[in-house]
Amino acid sequence: MSDTFEFSPENRTLAESIMAKYPAGRQASAVLALLDIAQRQNDNFASGAVIEAVATMLDMPRIRVAEVASFYTMINTEAVGKYLLQFCTTTPCWLRDSADVVDATEKHLGITFGETTEDGLFTMREVECLGACVNAPIVQINDDMYEDLTGPRMVEVLDALRAGDVPPHGPQIDRQTSAPVGGPTVLTNLDFAKS
Amino acid sequence: MLQDKDRIFTNLYGLNDPGLAGAQARGDWDGTKAIIEMGRDWIIEEMKSSGLRGRGGAGFPSGLKWSFMPKEVGDRPHYLVVNADESEPGTCKDRDILRHDPHKLVEGCLVAGFAMNAHAAYVYVRGEFYNEAASLQRAVDEAYEAKLLGPDACGSGWAFDVYVHRGAGAYICGEETALLESLEGKKGQPRLKPPFPAMSGLYGCPTTVNNVETIAVAPTILRRGADWFSSFGRENNHGTKVFCISGHVNEPCNVEEAMSIPMKELIEKHAGGIRGGWDNLLAVIPGGSSTPMLPKHICDDVLMDFDALKEHRTGLGTAGLIVMDKSTDIIKAIARLAYFYKHESCGQCTPCREGTGWMWRVLERMARGEAEISEIDMLLQVSHQIEGHTICALGDGAAWPVQGLIRHFRDEIEARIVGRKSVAVAAAE
Repeated sequence: MSDTFEFSPENRTLAESIMAKYPAGRQASAVLALLDIAQRQNDNFASGAVIEAVATMLDMPRIRVAEVASFYTMINTEAVGKYLLQFCTTTPCWLRDSADVVDATEKHLGITFGETTEDGLFTMREVECLGACVNAPIVQINDDMYEDLTGPRMVEVLDALRAGDVPPHGPQIDRQTSAPVGGPTVLTNLDFAKS
Repeated sequence: MLQDKDRIFTNLYGLNDPGLAGAQARGDWDGTKAIIEMGRDWIIEEMKSSGLRGRGGAGFPSGLKWSFMPKEVGDRPHYLVVNADESEPGTCKDRDILRHDPHKLVEGCLVAGFAMNAHAAYVYVRGEFYNEAASLQRAVDEAYEAKLLGPDACGSGWAFDVYVHRGAGAYICGEETALLESLEGKKGQPRLKPPFPAMSGLYGCPTTVNNVETIAVAPTILRRGADWFSSFGRENNHGTKVFCISGHVNEPCNVEEAMSIPMKELIEKHAGGIRGGWDNLLAVIPGGSSTPMLPKHICDDVLMDFDALKEHRTGLGTAGLIVMDKSTDIIKAIARLAYFYKHESCGQCTPCREGTGWMWRVLERMARGEAEISEIDMLLQVSHQIEGHTICALGDGAAWPVQGLIRHFRDEIEARIVGRKSVAVAAAE
């Protein structure tokens, strides 16, 4: 399959609106945003053609864009599945048994970190702290954080995705965002009067 | 315990509308024009006397930092840059501000930006916070719509723009000069200082980089007064603070509390206590992964503030507590953090690039007991050779948790090495 890429008209407009956030001559600031837009259009893969197109759009040397693409973990310089499963295993998630979530996924899908299922649906990746530690363990699936996971719950999420459903993201247990299980200990008595 | 009426982040858990109408009902954007009309000297003095210290980890006095910007605007524009690249393990407070109370940050950008003669703020949000960045962008859009931002922000006559900029996965971009490099479209590798950003930051222009929470608390401080804010916490450690309590507690959570609250009270009142009870506590990393851990006997009565934690050779950092009970393999826990720093080192400075990997490999062996007793001191020595010998603080952040482990749990490391050797001897016989 030949590697070609061209920004769609909508994405070109979006890219231009992002470039306009930065002062004249500073359009390189938009490089991460453009790589993100382009890779979304290209099945979540920043291929050589994607890098070329971004470089052309920003009037940057191709090597500078390639250098940036290789530095940041969210720019996928290798093809990934439809659902990119990013497992946080850094200490706060590890303490809450992220290993159970990883093991359950490996057994269920028959793949491990760095691999994609044969049907092209799932890619497993180990990532560092996702910044939602009080809801550990976390798996980020494409743009969304699935929080307070267990192995069995992760298998349910995977089965739902395979069946074409996207389960609600956020805490996978009965819990309001980052508040304690059982309900907040604070902010229970507010009349929201202007200060 | 802090009362609800004195909490700044009244929508921390997203129970109410994060949008403009909800934010205004909670008191945001109230009298912003009047604050601006008080003038920049008043704002900076008020911030100084509030005692606010930076909430991103280093704890530098915020008002003083703002005052470092040139008094007059020369041929280069001034910029405010907000660090929303929240990635320090154990820390997830800015996430709640971005998604649930974004107007506090947007309003903060205006008053802080005005105080430092800036007409634009860039908020650098870590790429993984896709939904959080969208929530912030909605708030920015609403603020423009309501003319709270734009050519005549809040009718103050001050033109002000706020731009949301997404990163793409790199812990190092939380370091302020790496963040600026990244914002300019480059790899996030820290710059040598000086020049400091206040002289030459974004695009070579005078720039102040502040944490999300620091900027987001500013409007409330200016509305309620420096005296109100400084009435919480001990001298030199004033204000309220969002704490993140993760790990082996019954109910992990984020909560805004008064500075200087005892650690034990914080954990027991808000996080449901330690799994298995307080006596089941082994150690706490008090302020995000970079801060050295404290064993239980210190946790019993230590206060959660900059100075109290410094006295115990650790720090408040981001106020992200990582709690570990007695079931924890403490060596493995720190080995995993060592891996984090190895992964996130930008590779620019040799001591960090080589040292973080070296420390990780040694700690992995030590966790299995496959080491010599003499290697403990060697590990400590290497950590000191990294600390203070790199362009940025990532090297320090990698070294400190290892030093904390050796300081408080040397016996544990030794016992594991000896235990492994005796098993090996028994097997040989």
